[in-house]
Amino acid sequence: MALKKDFVKFDKVDKSYDGKILVVKDLQLDIEEGEFVTMLGPSGSGKTTCLMMLAGFETPTNGEIYLDGNAISSIPPHKRGIGMVFQNYALFPHMTVYENLAFPLRVRKIPKDEADKKIDKALSMVSLQGFAQRMPGQLSGGQQQRVAVARSLVFDPQLVLMDEPLGALDKNLRESMQYEIKHIHESIGVTVVYVTHDQSEALTMSNRIAVFNDGKVQQLSSPDELYEKPVNSFVAEFIGENNTFVGEVSDISGGKCKVKLANAEILANPISVKRKGEKTTVSLRPERALINPSEKMDNIHKGKIEEVIYHGDHTRVRINLLGNSEFILKVPNSSSNLDIKLGNEIKIGWNSDDARALDPK
Amino acid sequence: MSSETKQILTTDGIPLEVSLKKAERRNKIKAFLLVAPLLFFLIITYVFPIGDMLMRSVDDKMVTNMLPKTFKAMETWDGQELPDEEVFEAFYLDFRQLVDNKQEGKLSTQLNYTKNGFKSIIKKLRRKSKNFEEGNYKEQIMAVHKRWADVEYWKAIKRRAPAYTGQKYLKGMDMYKNESGEIVSVEKDRRIHRVLWLRTLEIAFFVTVFCFLMAYPIAHLLATLPMKYSNLLMICVLLPFWTSLLVRTASWMILLQQQGVVNDFFVMIGLVADDARPEMMFNKTGSYVAMTQILLPFMVLPLYSVMKTISPSLMRAGKSLGGTPFIAFWKVYFPLTIPGIGAGCLLVFILAIGYYITPALVGGASGTLISNQIAYHMKSTLDWSFASAMGLMLLSGVLVIYWIYNKIVGIDNIKLG
Repeated sequence: MALKKDFVKFDKVDKSYDGKILVVKDLQLDIEEGEFVTMLGPSGSGKTTCLMMLAGFETPTNGEIYLDGNAISSIPPHKRGIGMVFQNYALFPHMTVYENLAFPLRVRKIPKDEADKKIDKALSMVSLQGFAQRMPGQLSGGQQQRVAVARSLVFDPQLVLMDEPLGALDKNLRESMQYEIKHIHESIGVTVVYVTHDQSEALTMSNRIAVFNDGKVQQLSSPDELYEKPVNSFVAEFIGENNTFVGEVSDISGGKCKVKLANAEILANPISVKRKGEKTTVSLRPERALINPSEKMDNIHKGKIEEVIYHGDHTRVRINLLGNSEFILKVPNSSSNLDIKLGNEIKIGWNSDDARALDPK
Repeated sequence: MSSETKQILTTDGIPLEVSLKKAERRNKIKAFLLVAPLLFFLIITYVFPIGDMLMRSVDDKMVTNMLPKTFKAMETWDGQELPDEEVFEAFYLDFRQLVDNKQEGKLSTQLNYTKNGFKSIIKKLRRKSKNFEEGNYKEQIMAVHKRWADVEYWKAIKRRAPAYTGQKYLKGMDMYKNESGEIVSVEKDRRIHRVLWLRTLEIAFFVTVFCFLMAYPIAHLLATLPMKYSNLLMICVLLPFWTSLLVRTASWMILLQQQGVVNDFFVMIGLVADDARPEMMFNKTGSYVAMTQILLPFMVLPLYSVMKTISPSLMRAGKSLGGTPFIAFWKVYFPLTIPGIGAGCLLVFILAIGYYITPALVGGASGTLISNQIAYHMKSTLDWSFASAMGLMLLSGVLVIYWIYNKIVGIDNIKLG
């Protein structure tokens, strides 16, 4: 069975609520069958609107959404057959867990014994056997969350949408639920579109991540690529930690460029700069910069330690480097022999490949 | 474990419970003082009047106090044959006392309630008794009128002996105790109260249904509209609340009368002929229309406050799981609004059952309720004990409805806001 490359397809979708501001602009997005795609972005970036259009609760102002090759804009939500997990679970408070799960089966007129099997299966999938007769109000937040997931899967939809489902849980529970949802996805192979504003959640769970900002997809790629190779400075800033230098390209040749800062010059990897004189923001991940670097590195500069923060497994060091007093370094605690003390001058180096010259902010 | 039964002590060695009570006493006193004015007010204006009403409705001391010696003498009478001389003598002494105090008129009215025909024979007895000789009162009284020799009339007097009676309650249900002490209904064409009770229930029921049908969509709209529109709509709902009840009822009279605005409009659009204008006032229709409009906010507000708490994502969830909009509404939204429906219906029904001004003004003869009858006895016939009895019957009816509601829906399942 060949998996469809464009199982879900947003084709030139625009959305505006008031006729003045576009919340989603010219969205072009293909989602493969069986994929776990996360829409990640700050609030107001249009990600939830996209999900609501896919679920059928909002209509696109322009463009068309296709599900398995069929245009769905004119299909009402209850005929789309898409499972959905809501932000506040949206469990029916007057029904037991069993009745909640039976609801989608009952409206589909599935016979009771078959429905019971499906409900058992769905409950065991989220390890909540024996909770069938409880009311949602008697469950903890995490359990309610799992019931919501089970309910969205119990009628075997091809596509499940999740709208910030873990937002209301505490940190530890959130992390364990991330793995649980990921494993469910892997074991049943359903296509999942997941919306979150939590980047670590997105990185942990997804096959691909669509980073939204300002109504547009800024970058759509796998988590590692998104982290290692951000295509613009918004993505670089939004995903993970980031050190930036603002400057102007003074030379560009042989896959490298020289960027002139206020009082120094660094070598960088030209990603979105093309010619000399362009303004640029150079982005460098903290862990790519080393203290006491080997001579092979092509950027070696001196900086003064301004702050040392102990983090258990590593130490964060804030350094004033080349006019940037917010330069962060992560030093593993195994390298305790290093001379990290407040006020010390240290040498810091990195490869120009890791310093990505992106668009100016 | 012994530690469970052992008293727990504070660090200072005082038992924990005592210490806790001491610490909380001040707050308890404060709390009580805060509610004390209202409590006091309620006792004076609510508990006392109801108690007084209860007493008044069963009080029958008037005759008891007027004929104390007679009733004492009657204690030994078997009630089959005519009583002995002893009873007649006691009655004569009581009667003389009444005549001296000019109270015999009241006695004749009261006894006439119990049995027709007392009025004339008491009048006659008053005239003749002035010339009675001492001794053998039985003969003398019996000679006044042949009814005094009829044992049924003496039985009727004996029936008034108890200081308390439930006859006003029986009268409220168009029943009475006949000569042999059985409870029977009055003749068919004299049963006015049962008709009124049924009509009151009927009007209250339909007003509740109409209010519910109209309030549900409004409340839903109020709960789902954006703030600026819902505020405006809320003011529209509450505006009648801030208008005097009399003004609203009077405006319904202007609208509904035969030459009124509504009828003019019907004639204008050709719905009815000019000479066949329907009567919409001074009958049940008037009561329905005006009471529904006036009681509508009492339905809207509890519904609104419940609907406000229902997350819109529940309906969405229902739809996304495959329910049609109707199923999502019926299986998900509607059950969640039941506390509001219960509160609203209970409120409207209870208010409607005791409604007074509106039916009095627009109800006419066929649209008046039991409360109008109560007011009539309070103001016109001055039969306060009967008015009290009917008031208490109304009150217990409301309590019964409340009890039924509690059994079916559960009173914790009610939400007023």
